[in-house]
Amino acid sequence: MTNLQSLSYYYPELILSGVILGAIIYDLLIDKSKSGNVGWFLIAGLMAVAGAICLQDDTVTTLFTNSIVLDPFASFFKLLVVLATILVSVVSLQSGELSEYRKGEYFTLLGIIVFGLFLMVSTVDLIMVYLSIEIVSIMSFVLAGYLKQNTRSNEAGLKYVVYGAFSSGIMLFGLSYIYGLTGSTNYFEIQHAIANLDTSANTALIMATIMMLVGFGYKVSAVPFHFWTPDVYEGAPTTITAFLSIAPKAGAFAMMIRFFNQVLADGGAMGGLDTSSIAILPWANILSLLAVITMTLGNVVALQQNNIKRMLAYSSIAHAGYMLLAMPVMSGDSIYAIMIYLVMYLFMNLGAFFVVIAVKNKTGGETFDDYKGLGWEMPMIGVAMTIFMVSLTGLPPTAGFIGKFYIFASLIKGGGQFYWLVLIGGINSVVSLYYYLRVVKVMFLEGERSETILQPPTIMAVMILATAIPTVILGIYWTPVADWVQNSLTFFIQTL
Amino acid sequence: MENILSWLIWMPVIGIGIIAFIPRDKNDLIKIIAAVTTGLQFLLTLVLWQNYDAGNGGMQFMERATWIPSFNITYILGVDGLSLPMVILTALLCFIGIFVSWNINKAVKGYFALFLLLDTGIIGVFLSMDFFLFYIFWEVMLLPMYFLIGMWGGPQREYAAIKFFLYTLFGSVLMLIGILGLYFSCGNTFDIQVLMEVAPDALRGLTWWGMSAIKVIWVLLFVGFAIKVPVFPFHTWLPLAHVEAPTAISVLLAGILLKLGVYGILRINYGLMPDGVYWFSGALAALGLINVIWGGLCALAQTDLKKLVAYSSVNHMGYTLIGMAAIIAAGEANGLNLKAAQAGLGGAVFQMFNHGTISAMLFILVGVIYDRAHHRDIEGFGGLAAQMPIYTGITAVAFFAGLGLPGFSGFISEAMCFIGAFPVYKGIVIASTLGILLNAAYFLWAFQRIFFGELNEKYKDLPEINRLELFTVVPLLLITLFFGIYPAPFLNLISSTMDVIINHVVSLATFASM
Repeated sequence: MTNLQSLSYYYPELILSGVILGAIIYDLLIDKSKSGNVGWFLIAGLMAVAGAICLQDDTVTTLFTNSIVLDPFASFFKLLVVLATILVSVVSLQSGELSEYRKGEYFTLLGIIVFGLFLMVSTVDLIMVYLSIEIVSIMSFVLAGYLKQNTRSNEAGLKYVVYGAFSSGIMLFGLSYIYGLTGSTNYFEIQHAIANLDTSANTALIMATIMMLVGFGYKVSAVPFHFWTPDVYEGAPTTITAFLSIAPKAGAFAMMIRFFNQVLADGGAMGGLDTSSIAILPWANILSLLAVITMTLGNVVALQQNNIKRMLAYSSIAHAGYMLLAMPVMSGDSIYAIMIYLVMYLFMNLGAFFVVIAVKNKTGGETFDDYKGLGWEMPMIGVAMTIFMVSLTGLPPTAGFIGKFYIFASLIKGGGQFYWLVLIGGINSVVSLYYYLRVVKVMFLEGERSETILQPPTIMAVMILATAIPTVILGIYWTPVADWVQNSLTFFIQTL
Repeated sequence: MENILSWLIWMPVIGIGIIAFIPRDKNDLIKIIAAVTTGLQFLLTLVLWQNYDAGNGGMQFMERATWIPSFNITYILGVDGLSLPMVILTALLCFIGIFVSWNINKAVKGYFALFLLLDTGIIGVFLSMDFFLFYIFWEVMLLPMYFLIGMWGGPQREYAAIKFFLYTLFGSVLMLIGILGLYFSCGNTFDIQVLMEVAPDALRGLTWWGMSAIKVIWVLLFVGFAIKVPVFPFHTWLPLAHVEAPTAISVLLAGILLKLGVYGILRINYGLMPDGVYWFSGALAALGLINVIWGGLCALAQTDLKKLVAYSSVNHMGYTLIGMAAIIAAGEANGLNLKAAQAGLGGAVFQMFNHGTISAMLFILVGVIYDRAHHRDIEGFGGLAAQMPIYTGITAVAFFAGLGLPGFSGFISEAMCFIGAFPVYKGIVIASTLGILLNAAYFLWAFQRIFFGELNEKYKDLPEINRLELFTVVPLLLITLFFGIYPAPFLNLISSTMDVIINHVVSLATFASM
């Protein structure tokens, strides 16, 4: 479709661009003390964007001369990102860390990240892959270092830049290999060209894919590209940490699924990596190894943390590992499982970070010691945090269990070569119980029991409930999510 | 009678809902609500028992509701002769447990809410006939148990609680893999009754990691259940958890939670993998023997009375395993000895029930003395018989029941297990009689050290067992005595279901295919 025609399908993004520009102008017009209003402006705008995405329902087409696609799969991830951003924005307005800073730029940058993520989840072109990753990354660097007076935040921003530049450089090198081998930057043409490629090019292709994986792995914080994660998560404003732990990860998974499914598997037929015309290349093994290392390292290192934010950083690495587990199967079921997992993960992980923000607003600390006796002092927060921790462990009846259940189910269905992944995934869940439960233990089993009961501020309490209730409900009845994901499992597919 | 099983499961949840709205300083009201809830639940189980048709060994009072159709997950409940006694036992012990916990004064609201949640989880496991639902309830028990041990337990409570949690979760993860394996190899269903029909054939010939799928899935599920039983060598969480838990929770742990493991093996492993029963029964009997001897020896070595009772559970569950293994006596290879299989399996289930009442009684009695003396060191007492005659008398009876003296229910079930297993596993049965000797030794020796000899000066003012405590122990004592003298009502209740299970296993198993 030509550029001009495409615009009529591009209205969610156009609205979003309008909102971003509007936010910049609006911020110039108002006083610093009222800069929080930009946040409400962004939230309202994002709701309009979400409505616009829903209007597109099952349109399936390519836009802008084959550089991006519009399909339910992309819309699913766009909605997920918008939902996460809205939740994070509301909480950002309550965060004590940000209270001294002007918030106009903060929300504008957040809006631009959303735009970048929209591109990430719908791109089918290598140039656009690189551009969208850069849009998301550069805005994230700024937001991670947003607390100007805080050296940890500055460190976080700088570390993020260095690692980001390094990994995107490697990824770009990989993209150039692929272009050199196939003569195209378009997924569909690349897929066609690879299928007809001489086997002597295999080594180059594996090299190129591994370099691509560096870029993807950096975005989902997969080991060994995770080194930035703990420092950035710890130093960045907690709201941004919450955002980074879910939105860019979802975007990167969407991008990765599209790339592997369309380019390296069987042209998007979702029959699994094994049926690929290039099955001689060990994609499945590479991805399995990545997943196993990622979750094991995440879990083992999380055991030793004393800072809750840092612990959650390693936990998010582990969760990236669980989702990566389903990648090697690359069947409809495994993609479905990753999508379900992301929905469940959104609520439980955001919720956990919201609790961290609420506690930091109150006590100013974020180590395990600051949580002593919290369950008695603030029962609502204690119970909610227990729910999130149980859910992150993956115990029923919570959302986290359903996510893991679908991942494991897709692996078992995938066949005998994946059973060992389930076993390792299961043992990892048991290991993770120890550090998640440590939070619960500190909150309820340690410290002085206070007689007075404190409640968090209303909006904070509402936001925590808004994540805690779905975490429980989706663990018991998740048919709406299952149906939504099922309906979103339609890719734009083109075979040349 | 409509939806009676759902009422049984969800009634405690209603109780939690009410407790949630009571201000947290109204301790007595919270306790009364909990007592009323569990009391009603117990009455409902009696109604269920009255209406249960003992002549029909199949599933009764079935309930079915769609839940998650996209994954074929259904809400299915049912009760048969295997689960009914366990449900009644659960309701009884939960009701008694509320009164055992009457002196709890720390965070009363949380305690009773968690207690009721635990109750829901246990009853749910016994009544679920959908494997997914079964698993959900199985896991729902963990968190309340963690808190109940970790917050209201003894000095080492935190370590005990996390150890319990990690052990059980490890087992459940293996179980989950087994469940998923069954789901995908048996036509995408979690319905246990359908699986019982389909699985024996569907699994034949399948391989996992180059081994027979039946063996692999059997082991995955067995380890999951064995950790709960607990079967040696997965028993190390038990003494710790039982000792650190508050009395009422020890009662539930020993009285019911251990039975869940055996129930799972009988319901799932026996029901779904009859071939595996033949393959594994020898190992099962051997593990039973190890449990009997190991548990007995460990109990003999204890100086902590509660730990002694805890190890006696390991010892007693061993008899159950030996009885269960006897089911293969009914097979062709063993001369179609139906009587032996009936005795063994019936004995195993009866032993589950009896151990539930007897160990509950023992833990309550340990709690009584601990509340007064604030320690449980067996050597630290002496001569209590003179000071607390009623307590001494009741404890004597409970210890006799525990050591399997004729006239008590434990004797009958243990004898049945041995009688059933003898034709097939002569050596194991003969060796395990040594366990009975140990059993008698540790109970009698402990009794002698606590109650006879010089009265310890410190304890000359120790008050006698009070009425509330008597109220919690005496019903259990009467049940033990009644079934010891006249076990027929119990055996009649379960016998037709036992026949169904034996017939199912024997008719569907083809030993040669393993």
